[in-house]
Amino acid sequence: MSTTARKLELGRVGEVVKRADAIPKVTGKFAYSSDLIAAGMLWGHTVRSPHAHARIVEIDISEALAMAGVHAVLTHADVPGAKTYGLEFADQPVLAIDRVRYFGEPVALVAAEHPEQARRAAERVRVEYEPLEPVVDMERATEQPPIHDGNPTAGHGFRDDSRPNVLRTMVIRHGDPDAAGEVSVEGVYEVGIQDQAFLGPESGLAVPDGEGGVDVYVATQWLHVDRDQVAPCLGLEKEQVRIHLAGVGGAFGGREDLSMQIHGALLALHTERPVKIVYTREESFVGHVHRHPAKIWMEHRANRDGRLVNVRAKILLDGGAYASSSAAVCSNAAAFACGPYKVANALIESTCVYSNNPPCGAMRGFGAVQGCFAHEAQMDNLAAALEIDPVELRLLNALEPGDTLPTGQRVTGSLPVAEVIRRAAALPVPEAEELPRDPIRLPGGAGNTTRGKGVQRGAGFAVGFKNICYSEGFDDACSARVHLWVGADEQLAAEVHCAVAEVGQGVTNVILQVARTELETENVVLAAGSTDGVDSAGSASASRLTWMAAGAVRLACQEALEEFRATGGEVDLERTYHHSRTFPLDPENGQVTGDRVHVAYICAAMRVVAEVDVDLGLSRVVWIGAAQDIGKAINPQAVYGQIEGGTAQGLGLALMEEIQTRDGLITNASFTDYLIPTTLDMPPVDAELIEDPEPDAPYGAKGVGEPPTVVSTAAVVSALRAASGRELSRVPVRPDDLAGL
Amino acid sequence: MRIGLTVNGERKETEVWEGESLLFALRERLGLPGSKNACEQGECGSCSVLLDGTLVCACLVLAAQADGHEVVTVEGLAQDGQLHPVQEAFAETGAVQCGFCTPGLIVATADLLERNPAPNDDEIREALSGNLCRCTGYAKIFDAVRLAAER
Repeated sequence: MSTTARKLELGRVGEVVKRADAIPKVTGKFAYSSDLIAAGMLWGHTVRSPHAHARIVEIDISEALAMAGVHAVLTHADVPGAKTYGLEFADQPVLAIDRVRYFGEPVALVAAEHPEQARRAAERVRVEYEPLEPVVDMERATEQPPIHDGNPTAGHGFRDDSRPNVLRTMVIRHGDPDAAGEVSVEGVYEVGIQDQAFLGPESGLAVPDGEGGVDVYVATQWLHVDRDQVAPCLGLEKEQVRIHLAGVGGAFGGREDLSMQIHGALLALHTERPVKIVYTREESFVGHVHRHPAKIWMEHRANRDGRLVNVRAKILLDGGAYASSSAAVCSNAAAFACGPYKVANALIESTCVYSNNPPCGAMRGFGAVQGCFAHEAQMDNLAAALEIDPVELRLLNALEPGDTLPTGQRVTGSLPVAEVIRRAAALPVPEAEELPRDPIRLPGGAGNTTRGKGVQRGAGFAVGFKNICYSEGFDDACSARVHLWVGADEQLAAEVHCAVAEVGQGVTNVILQVARTELETENVVLAAGSTDGVDSAGSASASRLTWMAAGAVRLACQEALEEFRATGGEVDLERTYHHSRTFPLDPENGQVTGDRVHVAYICAAMRVVAEVDVDLGLSRVVWIGAAQDIGKAINPQAVYGQIEGGTAQGLGLALMEEIQTRDGLITNASFTDYLIPTTLDMPPVDAELIEDPEPDAPYGAKGVGEPPTVVSTAAVVSALRAASGRELSRVPVRPDDLAGL
Repeated sequence: MRIGLTVNGERKETEVWEGESLLFALRERLGLPGSKNACEQGECGSCSVLLDGTLVCACLVLAAQADGHEVVTVEGLAQDGQLHPVQEAFAETGAVQCGFCTPGLIVATADLLERNPAPNDDEIREALSGNLCRCTGYAKIFDAVRLAAER
């Protein structure tokens, strides 16, 4: 018997490895959450509020219940356990009780034999509403009647703010907040509501276990936290609810909150039949939280030599009707508002309000995107005011290890800000293309709208950073279980169970590569993701899962191998990996109360070339160059893929993506009206990976998903400004803005 | 009503409700969930299939309209256990992340290369502009198309 197995040829940490799920995905055999079927399955459908804010007077289900094929119609009265749930604050009703607070809020559920029967029955659930004045302007929300009775986020250690509809207020006071500089620039910036627009709609299958419990197969980002929210609402013990990962068609933050999990389980337990729920695209736009719209005022004070003296910012975020993860987004927006620069003095206020607009929460970049758009516009404006090259100005102020952040945290790990700036700035820019040319390569594209007259070219630059892992004292640990045995071929074999959410980012490969590296064998298989049999892996969020899953799997593999070598027998053990402890911020001054508020940081820089037809307001991004701090690439192909894809989402926010609302009602809930970048919108992305290993992280590997999205919006708009000469203080940039109308 | 059609070379019959799309019939009645239900209004291309050799969004075709016709889905591209060159190229270049757009893109790419075996970059972009991908930013998808064309 050999315990080291045959020589490992492929698949270690650091190698390009084909995705473990590539073949099932290219052949159409990969089972996504909307593909599942079960014998005797019913279809669930959700009755949703047509109002942004209304009192529910009466719900009459009798007609719907009597329709052919209908097996159940449920309302809040049928929720056996807790009536509300939430990621951090249980402020959201499973089904609306006496009031609806946003357009599309779930009010009742239907289960029927055919999805069309369920949809038609849902239309016959008679809900009598008494419309209320919706709170839709975030700047007026704190002066309007509260949309929640009592403040759901009070008592959680946040700064006191007695105004109505305040979800969280933050203040960071650092150094001398009144410090003056020789030069000052200020501006007001706005960001529209962005949607994750993952392609796989919210969906899943709930199957009753016949003993009062339920199995839910669903596309999610964090299995265990789903279970911890689902079970209390069903009135069940945690062990009676098992959440299993079904194939996930993209996530980007939009699957952190529950969608159909409780609803499917309620219908399944009520009908004693498996129930499948699949949202339509229109429903998906109200079925998950969005990126917070923001209004940001910023003032940068600097000396004539370009050194920043003081940054002052006021950030306002609209959280929508329920808390979701808004409190953490509010904190991140404040913490990263100054950008990756040395800022000795700062005064930053960040407020997130409740409203009757679509609920907002996690989306890739998590509060850092909005701030980056603002601080990078400010840096360009400051460079212009000082007549300093914008890249030089950024280099002059670049944050480095040893520096103290506005939160009072000292940067102790890797953070190569100057390096990413230099490398992005050094990327060769493609030469301007002559006219005439194929219209597909002109602003406006194949529509042949412009012949090129009035087209101007410009180059822009941006840099940004954010944190990895959860913050402010939260221990988002990750567990992994490893089973080792001697396989049929006398080789060491292993099964790894880690309840991670593979959402497309490639964490499955990270786990396999780590296990193969540590165990020196190719005979590694992964157990299906489930809450059954292993503790929490934490969320596929905050660019944390590469670090945390690699940490947990490495730890479990190393200890299992040690035990296996000692005993020579089968080993089955579970280990939990923790990152460095973080501490809350002082609610009065926003200063860290221990040695760190964040675990570590990641940064990226981008250089963008764009063309604008200044007469017609049309634009085309020609080229994007990126340099990203990644620590260490576990799988370089996957890292490039994250950078290219994350860049596309930021470009979308810069140019086209915004959920439109009128009095809180979404008016563009479709891919016809909510546009995301196509093959014709995305330019080539030349990316450079900067490997400066993070000392605290397994293999030195940082997360990679978020920095491209944080930076690309700012970088694209910087290029549009250079090309158009316009101020462009709001994203998405509209043709009217580019043409100066 | 009952319809009969040829799917991936096999003759199939199934009961459908008159309002059902071809996509629904493929996914829920014929056991072929490979074609995806991302928007179901013809905007994203995730349900792209070949109907009598023409690239269509299966969500925009009624199941009843496919009665008597021939459909090829992503499940029908591999032959005798051998992946189609486009499938191989997508897997190899990293063109797949979450993969929800992948079946539609693979069918659309196979269709493109059938019509134009050596497309230039503009032709690739234009041909695939009806297929949305939210994960990749398309760069690796273009790599996959070029690789498949080379082969």
